[in-house]
Amino acid sequence: MTPVPAHAGTGRGPRAPHGGGPRVLVFSTNGISDPGIDLAGSSHMHYPTEVVVISLPCTSGVKPSWILHALERGFDGVFIAADGEECAYLQDCSERSAGIVERAQELMEAHGIDGRRLRMAAICSVCAEPFTRQVRAFAGSLAGLAEVAA
Amino acid sequence: MSDQVTPSPGKRRIGVYVCHCGGNISDYVDVDRVIDAVKDEADVVVARDAMFTCSDVTQEEIAKDIREQGLDGLVVASCSPKLHTTTFRGVARRGGLNPYQYTQANIREQCSWAHTDDREGATGKAISLVRAAVARTRLSEPLEPLVVETTGRAVVVGGGVAGMRAAIGLADMGLGVFLVEREAELGGWVGDLPKMFPNGTDGHELARRLQDEIHRRPAINVFTRAEVVEKTGTYGNYQVTVRAGGEQIRLDVGQVIVATGFASYEPEPGEFGYGAPGVVTLADFTRMLDEAGSPLVYHGRPVKTIAYIYCVGSRNETHPYCSRYCCSAAVHASLLVTAADPGVRQYHLYRDMRTYGRHELEYIESRRRGSVYMKFADDEPPLVTSDDGSLRVTVRDLLTGGDQLAIGPDLVVLVTGMVPRDNAELTTALKLPVGLDGFFNEIHPKLRPVETVVDGVSICGACQGPKTVAESVASGLAAAAQAAAVLKRGVAELDPQVTFVHPEACTGCGQCVGACPYSAISLVERGPAKVASIDAAACKGCGGCVPSCPEDAIDLAGYTDAQIRSMIDSLLVGSET
Repeated sequence: MTPVPAHAGTGRGPRAPHGGGPRVLVFSTNGISDPGIDLAGSSHMHYPTEVVVISLPCTSGVKPSWILHALERGFDGVFIAADGEECAYLQDCSERSAGIVERAQELMEAHGIDGRRLRMAAICSVCAEPFTRQVRAFAGSLAGLAEVAA
Repeated sequence: MSDQVTPSPGKRRIGVYVCHCGGNISDYVDVDRVIDAVKDEADVVVARDAMFTCSDVTQEEIAKDIREQGLDGLVVASCSPKLHTTTFRGVARRGGLNPYQYTQANIREQCSWAHTDDREGATGKAISLVRAAVARTRLSEPLEPLVVETTGRAVVVGGGVAGMRAAIGLADMGLGVFLVEREAELGGWVGDLPKMFPNGTDGHELARRLQDEIHRRPAINVFTRAEVVEKTGTYGNYQVTVRAGGEQIRLDVGQVIVATGFASYEPEPGEFGYGAPGVVTLADFTRMLDEAGSPLVYHGRPVKTIAYIYCVGSRNETHPYCSRYCCSAAVHASLLVTAADPGVRQYHLYRDMRTYGRHELEYIESRRRGSVYMKFADDEPPLVTSDDGSLRVTVRDLLTGGDQLAIGPDLVVLVTGMVPRDNAELTTALKLPVGLDGFFNEIHPKLRPVETVVDGVSICGACQGPKTVAESVASGLAAAAQAAAVLKRGVAELDPQVTFVHPEACTGCGQCVGACPYSAISLVERGPAKVASIDAAACKGCGGCVPSCPEDAIDLAGYTDAQIRSMIDSLLVGSET
């Protein structure tokens, strides 16, 4: 098992590779939220460069252990840009996603990681502005957590 | 394009190509620094930049590199994968590389364009994104599409205008068609309509013409009073069971097209006076116009004043969408009334008029011919009362400074929209994806507008949301073309990025079986134990079963546990070059 770095979950990891703000990993979906995130870029809407995206087919396929892995390895927060009700695969995608977040937060709690480092919001294929607003707010709240921890 | 070849210290041979996209990327990202940062990454043997990686010249250079450098992995860092995944998979194939060992890093939409204000930050992020793509590619496996032979027939469910047009289209392409209709006759809603907007085509006549066309084509077998009750088999070779006249009939088909249409909204008793004599829906009113002579008579009394109330049952909490066609349909109905009896006074009480496109001309015409339009506020709808058989409508009209106006109409027409049909049995039988609004969901409204996530099952017409007749016919033909494209080839290719089981890790607990709504997972004997087994042809590749496994024994090809963890780690590597 990979040893957990001392900084895990504290928001005080090594300097972010791009700037100085909190590192945020986004899980998006190929057909729904990723096009929404693309649209934010196409519209030249700005959000922190420390926000990076891994796209999957469906939110229901996110493993809680990936979220824990990301936070333990140095991401300050994980944002799930969920399919919500628009999922083309699974009618109950929202319920499944909620269950994934719940299980991830149990894992985070067991590893002493603040539950506020995980956030989920439904992002549709044209939700450019909501995505930008959400990740900015999330990065802001993560920066607040880091200040408290300091 | 400058060579940046370095010896490979690892086991893989990956080529990385970073696109300037004219200046769309390189104006905001230092492409040279990206190349410098990744050229010495383990397993990277080629790292180059290009002004446009998607240009024919660069595509051929990449294919040549694959052949000459013996690349077994390809990364292109350019625009969104939605735009060029197919392009570069094709490049990989032409170079002799498995297309699924290619990864596209999105450094335009999700980097340069999102960070036009921060070149340093964008460059660092681009480096991370390319490293993650290399990490994913390093763990990629060659995948081959599952090729299945198809049955050269289709079943079309629903004999309305969209379904009939789809059936005719398929037959004209030389394919056998089963057309299944729940009612006693083909025709659907259009078969009940009089003259329709915008050009006065008679609905009965249109439906009759289509029926005649169908009867002229022996390739189309029609089942009326029939319903689909089950679908078994796999993509390209489905067995669809139809219940007709007390019998169960099995149809062997390669494709299914669903064209089950819509239901008209039925107001609640008392909603805008509904239930009182003289308060009718738009669907009722359309039938009345069809049957009525001139002058228009309701219950033996001449109709001299009509009040139309728009958006009944639409754009509210229950049905938040706009049915779009109803404004045009109501305006058109009022023109029919005027044509029959110019003396009828007509008042249109609306929230917003949405007579889009050419329908706007009818709206203009109706006003020219005397229809009066009054706009009410969303939170202050008109009030309809009935007293001793006399109707009274009061409305605060925003167009006249918010004056409270009263109308004494002979008829109140509630302009009702389209709602989803109750198709529970069909939805279950075909495992159709249903949206929050209750209509069937396509994969993508613009790029794949008639396909569903269920391979080989397309949707068209108003079963996927409100549509006009013209739009329904267009989508019916699109579904026919989509189905025929597969059936005429005789074989179908399935996306190989589906889930697979690590049998040595599986304990046979069966949790994944319940997690798959597509019945793609079953438990099979493996020695003395049972383990999960996935039918690749039935798997949709959503990965929804992956988190359900307590033993981490399921992976999604292209998105394996190892690949995702490796990407996460790579995204955290510093961007220093």
